[in-house]
Amino acid sequence: MVELSHDSRPIIGRGPPLGATFVALATASIALMVADVRYGQLEQIRGWLNSAAYPLQLAIDLPFRAWDWLTGSFADRDRLQQENLALTARLRLADLQLQRFAALEQENRRLRAMRASSAGVAKRAIVASILNVDLDPFRHRVLLDRGSADGVFKGQAVLDAQGIFGQVWRVNARTCEVILISDAEHAIPVQSNRSGVRTIAVGTGDPNRLSLPFVTGESDIRKDDLLISTGMGGVFPPGYPVARITKVERTAQATFAIVEARPTAALDRDREVLLVWFDAPAPMTGPAAAGPQPANPQPVPAGTTPAPGPSASAPAPTTTEAAGTTPAHGPATSTPAPSAPAPSQATPPGGEVAPAPEQSTPAPTTSAPEATTEPGAGG
Amino acid sequence: MRRGMFGRRILYWFSVAVGLALAIVPLPGWLDAMRPDFALLAVIYWILTSPRVAGLWYAWLAGLFLDVLRGMVLGQYALGFLVIAFLTHRLQLRMRMFPIPHQAAAVLLLLVLYHFIVFWTDGLTGHGYTGWNRWLPVLSGALLWPLIVAAGDTLVRRSR
Repeated sequence: MVELSHDSRPIIGRGPPLGATFVALATASIALMVADVRYGQLEQIRGWLNSAAYPLQLAIDLPFRAWDWLTGSFADRDRLQQENLALTARLRLADLQLQRFAALEQENRRLRAMRASSAGVAKRAIVASILNVDLDPFRHRVLLDRGSADGVFKGQAVLDAQGIFGQVWRVNARTCEVILISDAEHAIPVQSNRSGVRTIAVGTGDPNRLSLPFVTGESDIRKDDLLISTGMGGVFPPGYPVARITKVERTAQATFAIVEARPTAALDRDREVLLVWFDAPAPMTGPAAAGPQPANPQPVPAGTTPAPGPSASAPAPTTTEAAGTTPAHGPATSTPAPSAPAPSQATPPGGEVAPAPEQSTPAPTTSAPEATTEPGAGG
Repeated sequence: MRRGMFGRRILYWFSVAVGLALAIVPLPGWLDAMRPDFALLAVIYWILTSPRVAGLWYAWLAGLFLDVLRGMVLGQYALGFLVIAFLTHRLQLRMRMFPIPHQAAAVLLLLVLYHFIVFWTDGLTGHGYTGWNRWLPVLSGALLWPLIVAAGDTLVRRSR
């Protein structure tokens, strides 16, 4: 190591004075951080820099993709046949169910029309694949291969076949960064499909666990309840499965029960996900009123039209247009809890008590679409 | 000489690019947490070897690029890289006289400082993760240092 290179011949003595450069660059980095965090001014610059980073990300993704392709194309016949059989069987089942749901959907639409509301049903979806790139070991973010060129916008909902996956956090020209619902900085408003109780599911940093910190001891939440999205805040379409309750612990002293849930989406195994566009729920709709009686009118998110703007004019040339077919998996998506007698839990408790990171009160007084995530540092 | 310098410059940037690529290559979970900071180690090595060519700008730009790749707050890693580069420049005359294990210990201290800066800015910007395993890269980086030196010396000898 003790090789002295030709360019540092004056062995004794320092190189050029560095103090001034150091101070200038340190100031520059601090200014960058402040501008980024406080004012969010750097989208443009970040966009340019990201275009420079894109080739590197692609280069890293390529070998993995090539390997997938190779193993895929040399898969042996037997396996393919078996897979084919299994898929055919599943398709038949799904078709059967679809027949039933078609009728239900008709009915649902009619009922909604009677109430003059267009609830959030996915209008359009494009498939995006997750780039094989590790962003940060302690944050649950992934990079998708779709960007603003495909009409992706910030705050867009990302789903997979089994449930809600996350939302778009940052959009670049060709890629976008998604924050998963299991990220410790993410919170999503949910509702129990069985009882209609509404609350907030907060990520824990573990892909198999969400935590529900605002469930009171009395509220009607049981193990194995399916949690669906409420659509409040306007980020996620209402009525999609989010998680299943795995643990409920109530103690007599504590106000809040300890509740945990397991996301239904395959957060750590997915290769491909769906970016969806949906109609923002009009006032007085969605699960907010999806209970049996919409009797007590609840306060409605003031400005919940997240941003269908870019989607309306989205070019989206190579998309697989799945018009309305994406929620096909969801018997759960249609009408949650027709038997629930208690629409009384208007606002999940604890909105005011909300401790550290989620000041996004569960009450629909929040208006911004970002309200569901990271109110602390986001703005 | 002139051409040699140019070749050197390419070598510096290329090695940092490899380090940056290694920073986002997918790894299994347990390895991911202890992934060494390859890019920073490369920067330290080049500053020690040829401080006249690998300067503060070099380190700062490498850090900025890491910010972009990781999608973090812009300027966070850039600041970390900059501070470490500055200190390495200051300690350079001493550090290159150290035997390798001693040098690895010095690198360990630099890495602790670097991760402290990152941790601190993380906390200031509200992303704080306080688990113990965020300090693992310090250890893995210091353990990797002899290998980095060996690889770098080989490269330098080849490029002569």
